[in-house]
Amino acid sequence: MKKWLLNWRLFSLFSVMALLLAGCGKPFLSTLQPAGEVAHMQYSLMLLSTAIMVLVIIVVTIIFVYVVIRFRQRKGEEKKIPKQVEGSHKLEIIWTVIPILLLIILAVPTVSATFKLADVKPMNKEKRDKNTVVVNVRANLYWWEFEYPDYGIITSQDLVVPTNQRVYFNLKSSDVKHSFWIPAVGGKMDTNTENKNQFWLEFDQKAADKAGGIFYGKCAELCGPSHALMDFKVKALPRKEFDQWVEKMKHAKPVVTDPVAKQGEEIFNKSCIGCHAVTPVDKRPEQARTAPNLANFGDRERIAGILDHTEANLKKWLKDPNSVKPGNKMAGTYGNLTDEQINALTKYLMSLKVE
Amino acid sequence: MSTLARKKGVGAVIWDYLTTVDHKKIAILYLIAGGIFFLAGGVEALLIRIQLAVPNNDFVVGGLYNQILTMHGTTMIFLAAMPLVFAMMNAVVPIQIGARDVAFPFLNALGFWLFFFGGVFLNCSWFLGGAPDAGWTSYASLSLESPGHGIDFYVLGLQISGFGTLIGGINFLVTIVTMRAPGMTYMRMPLFTWTTFVASALILFAFPPLTVGLILMMMDRLFGGNFFDPAAGGNTIIWEHLFWIFGHPEVYILVLPAFGIFSEIFATFSKKRLFGYSSMVFATVLIGFLGFMVWAHHMFTAGLGPVANAIFAVATMAIAVPTGIKIFNWLFTMWGGNIRFTTPMLYAVAFIPSFVMGGVTGVMNAAAAADYQYHDSYFVVAHFHYVIVGGVVFGLLAGAHYWWPKMFGKMLSEKLGKVTFWLFFIGFHLTFFIQHFLGLMGMPRRVFTYLPGQGWETGNLISTIGAFFMATATVVLLINIVVTTVKGKKADADAWGDGRTLEWAVASPPPEYNFAQTPLVRGLDAYWIEKMEGRKGLTPAEPLGDIHMPNPSILPFIISLGLFIAAFGFMYHKQHSWSLFVGIAGLLITLGSMFLRSVIDDHGFHIHKEEILEAENKGVKA
Repeated sequence: MKKWLLNWRLFSLFSVMALLLAGCGKPFLSTLQPAGEVAHMQYSLMLLSTAIMVLVIIVVTIIFVYVVIRFRQRKGEEKKIPKQVEGSHKLEIIWTVIPILLLIILAVPTVSATFKLADVKPMNKEKRDKNTVVVNVRANLYWWEFEYPDYGIITSQDLVVPTNQRVYFNLKSSDVKHSFWIPAVGGKMDTNTENKNQFWLEFDQKAADKAGGIFYGKCAELCGPSHALMDFKVKALPRKEFDQWVEKMKHAKPVVTDPVAKQGEEIFNKSCIGCHAVTPVDKRPEQARTAPNLANFGDRERIAGILDHTEANLKKWLKDPNSVKPGNKMAGTYGNLTDEQINALTKYLMSLKVE
Repeated sequence: MSTLARKKGVGAVIWDYLTTVDHKKIAILYLIAGGIFFLAGGVEALLIRIQLAVPNNDFVVGGLYNQILTMHGTTMIFLAAMPLVFAMMNAVVPIQIGARDVAFPFLNALGFWLFFFGGVFLNCSWFLGGAPDAGWTSYASLSLESPGHGIDFYVLGLQISGFGTLIGGINFLVTIVTMRAPGMTYMRMPLFTWTTFVASALILFAFPPLTVGLILMMMDRLFGGNFFDPAAGGNTIIWEHLFWIFGHPEVYILVLPAFGIFSEIFATFSKKRLFGYSSMVFATVLIGFLGFMVWAHHMFTAGLGPVANAIFAVATMAIAVPTGIKIFNWLFTMWGGNIRFTTPMLYAVAFIPSFVMGGVTGVMNAAAAADYQYHDSYFVVAHFHYVIVGGVVFGLLAGAHYWWPKMFGKMLSEKLGKVTFWLFFIGFHLTFFIQHFLGLMGMPRRVFTYLPGQGWETGNLISTIGAFFMATATVVLLINIVVTTVKGKKADADAWGDGRTLEWAVASPPPEYNFAQTPLVRGLDAYWIEKMEGRKGLTPAEPLGDIHMPNPSILPFIISLGLFIAAFGFMYHKQHSWSLFVGIAGLLITLGSMFLRSVIDDHGFHIHKEEILEAENKGVKA
């Protein structure tokens, strides 16, 4: 075989593979690169259903192409009247029964998976195991709050979870309906305004490593002008590191040494503390918690959920929140700040760390 | 009084259309109004695709984007697809069953004007403070939160146009039950008539839940109700149920008539009778029935629990069976045929693979556990566009090309028609196929922008390019219509030469009274039977005589106008106290006109035998 031919073959093989991989999206975001038990279960259902459906498409396409080519009108046959066929019982039975069988093949695993994914018995409060991790997710107009009721700590925007075990979620909304979705890790569930929804997810350590330790979370239900910007991030840590993080959070308090940051703290205590808490142990009822908890703001992945975590972006956000997230609830609640005040606030907020 | 063709001035023509109760003219009104709304919805779609072409775009952002997105969906479903379906039904069904008009011509006009004023009212929102912005589904918590009057326009506009649709649906039910020509048994009805019949029954049962939902929302938004306020004991999930108990059958209300159109076209241009006619009828009825059993599959992620989700999952999968029967019956209608690839046939042929793709992704969505991933992602956007565009829009375009000569008496250009088809077909797949993968790659639906680096750039760009193909196709279609109107070739009665059903036996366009003599129907494909036996026309079932016709009336227009005014009045009643009186005045106009209609005797008029003979002779000569 000639060498160039081999090269060409290899090249095309690689380009097809690259295309396939690119077609699967990003490991931190794509449902096609499942990163946990739930996503895997759903992924195999997708594969099964896709296989059955592709089979159907192939059969239809073959008949279709044959019919359209074979029975097209040819020159000189314009007047030909074909035989007027009424139908065929045999054929009709075939194309009724075969689809029913195909659907049964799909329906059985669907029903089984649906019940498995709804199994939230271990989060029963009375009988809850010590190791079970439960997170209360509260969706708000364009931000997320994550409360760990068993540890008495609250964080927001960045969800922190242990890997390789089931994590249970209570989901609700405090204003309009949102939907909690971490595509790589599992399907979504709505956060309703009138009831608490429950489900579980499992975060796979290997997949988390591949994704760089961070998964992307999305709001999947239209909730207003900034619906597209209501992202959150998920830090998936080994259980040990997760426990350490919890300990740190339990005892976190703002420690301000820098004089500019001190200035910022004063401004914060005057203008912001009414809504934002700066310790993870926030005993106020949820109705009073009207803005994200900022206790570990310095450790966050993003400013306002979407901008890169830099001082410049934080300043931009503080100066004109509506330019970043239209329709947010923070704009206009703290008056105009001078550049100097914004600088001080920025220093202060960036110093809020637990890690 | 002679109402038969005579040259008229522009004013007289407008007055004629404002007052007409003739189903053929109402069909043209539906076609024009639906067409204009289709263009508006198309422009909105283009704006959406331009915004999403590249990441972090700022062409239309935030609230404005949500308004465009909401109006795109609402316009396309309620103001474009529904009226265009009604245009086809009005133009064809009465003639297909050998009737001279629908059962209630006055109500037919009323149905149109209600739809029209509802649609105009909804679109007034653009100029009066902003359009609705909570999506076409208008989920309760968000729509109650929405500031301004956008949602009020949605609620009141859809209420008015919904009445119109309900009236239209009842009218066609009664027409098909009572107005069939002698010999036209149910199992001899053309499939388009059958699908119209089933779709009308769906309208009868599906629109009332929407009406109830809209009334509850109107109470909440305008009159201090608390139906959807959880703090006051309300529940927003109820809105979701009401909306989808309407919303899912709505899909079948649209797509069943499209199936009917395709059935006619496949048979005509394969020169074969429809394969498995009775199982096609059975499948149509079954789809209509199952269509009411599956609404909660739109709510798999709302937390209904595994039992409900599993039941609705299996029920949804079941719909694939009758739909599959239809697909194979169409394929086998073509099998052994003598297929002529006219423009309508191209749409019909292209519909099969396109719709099958939408159908199979529908089954994928039905797998509840997997749907937790698909739900509200671009996968779903791709799925329902494959169904609605690949099914309904292809069907309407096919039907428009197919029956255009019947409606207007002129053949659309086949050359331009085929250009339109190819542009639209390529553009459609280019736009929506890639969206399946965007969804699977984690892109949620209804987002106005996205950050770079999430793997969505290429897909979105391709999708936007596709949208422009479809836009170009639409422009070519418009050019075709204009060119045809100016210098189109005059169409024969049997315009395509292969017509099988009764509408091809009457002149193009048909005379006001449709049939000089009510025909006797001797089997399925009544006109085909006559042609095969070498006869020129239909076998008459009655001697030639005077024909009784309904009088035109301006009242349907005024009744609808009254509701239009009333809606404005009630909407602004919180800002201006006098506005309430405007509302009441509007209602008085409506009720007053209805009162007039009830008390004035209107016996209609007769077209005399001599006039008919004269017209028929002229028609033969022309």
